[in-house]
Amino acid sequence: MTYFRGVIFFMEKLVPAKERLLKSQKNWMNGEVRGKIIVFICAIIMISATIAITIFLGTKGLQSFIKNGVSLIEFLTGKQWNPSDQAKPQYGALPFIFGSFTVTFLAALIAAPLGIGGAIFMTEIAPSWGRKILQPVIELLVGIPSVVYGFIGLTVLVPFIRVHFGGLGFSLLSGMIVLSIMILPTITTIATDAMSSLPKTLREGSYALGATRWQTIRKVLIPAAIPSLLTAIVLGMARAFGEALAVQMVIGNVKTMPHSILDASGTLTTIITLNMGYTTFGSPENNILWSMGLLLLIMSFAFILLIRYLSSRRKI
Amino acid sequence: MNAKVADRVATGVFIVIAFIIVSVLIGLFSFILYHGFQHVSLKFLTTPSSNMSAGGGIRDQLFNSFYVLFITMLITVPLGVGGGVYMAEYARPGRITNIIRSCIEVLASLPSIVIGLFGLLMFVTLTGWGYTILGGALALTVFNLPVMVRVTEDAIHSVPRDLKEASLALGITHWHTIKTILLPSAFPTILTGGILAAGRVFGEAAALLFTAGLSTPRLDYTDWNPFSQISPLNIFRPAETLAVHIWSINTQGLIPDVDAVSNGSAAVLILSVLLFNLLARWIGSLIHKKVTATK
Repeated sequence: MTYFRGVIFFMEKLVPAKERLLKSQKNWMNGEVRGKIIVFICAIIMISATIAITIFLGTKGLQSFIKNGVSLIEFLTGKQWNPSDQAKPQYGALPFIFGSFTVTFLAALIAAPLGIGGAIFMTEIAPSWGRKILQPVIELLVGIPSVVYGFIGLTVLVPFIRVHFGGLGFSLLSGMIVLSIMILPTITTIATDAMSSLPKTLREGSYALGATRWQTIRKVLIPAAIPSLLTAIVLGMARAFGEALAVQMVIGNVKTMPHSILDASGTLTTIITLNMGYTTFGSPENNILWSMGLLLLIMSFAFILLIRYLSSRRKI
Repeated sequence: MNAKVADRVATGVFIVIAFIIVSVLIGLFSFILYHGFQHVSLKFLTTPSSNMSAGGGIRDQLFNSFYVLFITMLITVPLGVGGGVYMAEYARPGRITNIIRSCIEVLASLPSIVIGLFGLLMFVTLTGWGYTILGGALALTVFNLPVMVRVTEDAIHSVPRDLKEASLALGITHWHTIKTILLPSAFPTILTGGILAAGRVFGEAAALLFTAGLSTPRLDYTDWNPFSQISPLNIFRPAETLAVHIWSINTQGLIPDVDAVSNGSAAVLILSVLLFNLLARWIGSLIHKKVTATK
């Protein structure tokens, strides 16, 4: 026993303090390195997801042009959509591209004044109680799922428009109203952040010069916040452009160009959701839908670039 | 004088706008809840749905919604928190960080239908799984990940610097500081953000159409073996969620009582989202009180 104890004692003596400490530090560093690796992997997953989405949708979306020989010009400018025709399929997606852009712009046209107005109400008119009421309202509006918006549009808005304005009720107008309510919270939230991040000195300076509140808002605050307000609108439009199910339930999904706001229409997203399940994977009429998906992806990149440009112009 | 009138008019306009926004919300909620509660009953919640005849319930859809949400959060939360920690603590300003930030931005702004298409290619066709819960959950992860990363990053940034510096000054390494100081302090904010994100996932439909499918096999709720085909816990089965159900019966359904079923489903959906919202607020304020000792 004493012999063993002696050996242990001897060994402890033999390993100098420096090495023991180094070893323990190595253990610490192991945890450090492991942690770093874990979070690095998380970051890499995000990059690879983005790259994978771009590559997958890119290759799949280009197949109709490369493999099936659809002309890009026809796809972007043709007005005839008849991909399932056996003898002479036509792939003109212009009505849907036009429908997507129109409904997005119209929705932004309603939602932007309402959203920015709401933001100004929260930050300038009634910062105390107004914010307390509107903030939760906006948060609840964000939480309503898009299919519920679509369903209410279908059961309330469509019959209302059919009775009071004429037409089928399934129309650009219905799509635009549904979308504008959907993007309203997006615009309001970002616009509120933009308005409330303006320095207090701007307001005080303006008031000190004798300006009224409206003059301050119009001449000082809005011009100062305009890049951020535009960012808010663009983000809202990006959301409207990509929204699928709610629009699909109210817009009518026809293949022709709409001539008035009461005409039924179709958008890129609605045609994809409707036809993706009914076409054979890999067939030309299926591939063209992927091309439309690619177009959506490209548009969403375009919206990001636009937002980047706007935020680089931010003055304050 | 003129300026003063204009000021009054403008104020009136802003009040009207605020009033419109509030009344839109009240209108929507009262419509859904009023029409919905006429159809919500225990029977509605516990009968399986029917494809042809009236009187179907939403039992399977409701279960699927929660199950898909659970699997999604199981994947998203560790990845999102990890990514958020990286962005808040390890990312140095530079090219790579910019690339990652752009990636998050891209992922966050992708339309959910595009994510659904990607899921169809990657998790349905390429893997050969067909329509599965796992595929749907992975697609929703792509959709939810940027939100979680942002929530975590903001939460860690909002932890007082002194805490971190004190920990580092005591000789604790960076990773241990993150593990034992930063993450626990940021936990309430992360939890609140996570619950809100869960509410968003719960109502998502477009990304699930082509990944989790539009059908549910006949389920046997007494079968708890996750590898059995008829077990509700099987993650390799198609699953129609509540939101997808509302869409599909309205656009391609054949049942005669579409309005009743969708009214009831919409009410359940809204109520769940409302519950998530209230839960997030309640837990947030509860933990906030506990941590900061304020009243």
